[in-house]
Amino acid sequence: MLTPIQKIYDIYHDLEHQEKARRDISAGKLGIPSAFVTCRSCSRRSMRHRWEENLFVCPECGKYSPMGSYYRLKILMDDGHYEELDHEMSAGDPLDFPGYKEKIEAQEKKTGLREAVISAVGPIGGIKTVVILLDSRFFMGSMSRAVGEKVTRGIEYADRHKLPLIIFSASGGARMQEGIYSLMQMAKTTAAIHNFAKHGGFYISFLMHPTTGGVTASFATLGDITLAEPGALIGFAGPRVIEQTIGKKLPEGFQHAEYLEKQGFVDKIVERKDMRNTLIDLLKLHQKNNQATA
Amino acid sequence: MIKDIIKQVEELEKRMEDMAKTVEDLRANAPMIAQLDQERNTLLRECSDLSAADHVYLARHPKRPHIQDFIENLFTDFFEQKGDHLYKDDAAIYGGIARYKGMPVTVLGHRKGRNMEENLACNFGMPCPEGYRKALRLMEQAEKFQRPIITFIDTPGAYPGLEAEEHGQGEAIAQNLAAMSGFHVPIISIITGEGNSGGALAIGVANKILMLENAVFSVLSPEGFASILWKDASRHEEACDIMKLTAKDLRKAKVADHLIPEPLGGAQEDPERMYASLDIVLEKTLQELCALRPDELVEQRQEKYRNI
Repeated sequence: MLTPIQKIYDIYHDLEHQEKARRDISAGKLGIPSAFVTCRSCSRRSMRHRWEENLFVCPECGKYSPMGSYYRLKILMDDGHYEELDHEMSAGDPLDFPGYKEKIEAQEKKTGLREAVISAVGPIGGIKTVVILLDSRFFMGSMSRAVGEKVTRGIEYADRHKLPLIIFSASGGARMQEGIYSLMQMAKTTAAIHNFAKHGGFYISFLMHPTTGGVTASFATLGDITLAEPGALIGFAGPRVIEQTIGKKLPEGFQHAEYLEKQGFVDKIVERKDMRNTLIDLLKLHQKNNQATA
Repeated sequence: MIKDIIKQVEELEKRMEDMAKTVEDLRANAPMIAQLDQERNTLLRECSDLSAADHVYLARHPKRPHIQDFIENLFTDFFEQKGDHLYKDDAAIYGGIARYKGMPVTVLGHRKGRNMEENLACNFGMPCPEGYRKALRLMEQAEKFQRPIITFIDTPGAYPGLEAEEHGQGEAIAQNLAAMSGFHVPIISIITGEGNSGGALAIGVANKILMLENAVFSVLSPEGFASILWKDASRHEEACDIMKLTAKDLRKAKVADHLIPEPLGGAQEDPERMYASLDIVLEKTLQELCALRPDELVEQRQEKYRNI
């Protein structure tokens, strides 16, 4: 369970929802956000503005905490400008799964998001780019039919308009409540990536904490360049399942971004403060009209 | 529960076998055997109106025909190809080149093994990345030599082990999904037993999916599903009911294109009939797909998944 302060902080760090948070606070629906934020890892408190300056990396222990998707877009895109794609899409209930609709409503209320993904198009370093972000705060970023559809549409948009593509992945895997429909999104999204690649599209896959299951086994591992945030858990099976299967404790740091880099599945681990510049560099290196300069 | 019926059937079969060990025995016991056979048939007729959990039970029945049986009985000139030619041979994926009705095809699928020794060697049909890369190698050759691809799906899922993770289980599955979506040859996937999770889908991106009547196909095993949702794997039967994983459900969801009827009591009760009924649908499906142009095959396959 989240404490009320954590809850406010969760809503607050999506700039999009600051307004709503403020309204709710003045209407007495929420408590006033504390000037302090408590790190969920080291439990130390720091001033809120220091957290924001530090891009939601704990100023005390350096632990990465999830950054709201809208906030990330705001700091990633030139002057925070972007146009959101398929904003209206929300989760369905293809299996008529008991209690699922209520759960979605609760997730919507908690995060202010309609699904576990948002997609947008806008300039990064002057290069128009499609950005798709999975958000682990909504249903653990799990892949529902709507998530798969929205990701696919984003890739198809980039393909149609010949734009580079960046996908930030953070997902617990398949959305169990959507059963086989969830599984099939893996085939759908990878086919879109396949077509995009065939047409020469440039795709950067940025892996955040955690990237697992059906997302790892589909579009997240198919980037031309694969980047990861420090300490992100990345794998197909979850650590608990592996430990149960092999009957042993996993080695320290297993499935962490740094471990995967050593195993040869990640090009580079990129700190948040370097995210925008690294992406701009890579986008520039892949511009079609690159010309040799003397 | 079908479990109890099948157990009784198996007991009867055992008794009949014991009575017919030699020709003399058979002659002496003929009336008794006939009576037992009748009892067996009566029992099998009770095997209709199955629950989802019953289907799961039958899909996992150890005597159910496996990939080797299907290849032996439906194909000729099978030449096994081993290894991913990168790291090792993963026995959980079995495949090679064969002829189907005289036409060279690439055939591959999960292998669970037919006895305990084989089960262990095949890791109970749970492939590691090397298995998926072997499958990809075989399928890329099929694309090169323009052979149709036929895959048999029967797996509890991709192996969740330490080395499998280190060697890129997720990456291997993703590569297969992407490659399969773009092949210009007909791909037919036949779900013969249980098809669980990305580990099944990794060789299942097809133009047409055929499902044996008692086969199941789902996002995760019912045990895993119950464990994730309710933190209680023992509620797997309850999970079966809401997961919509039977061949009928998948036909409705337009994931499966054809449902292949099974003999009463399941494929293991009369494998010859199982091969015959699969053969009819497989031949027809392959003929239909062979009539399509290469680009039409890609388009049809992508369209199938685009709409789910």
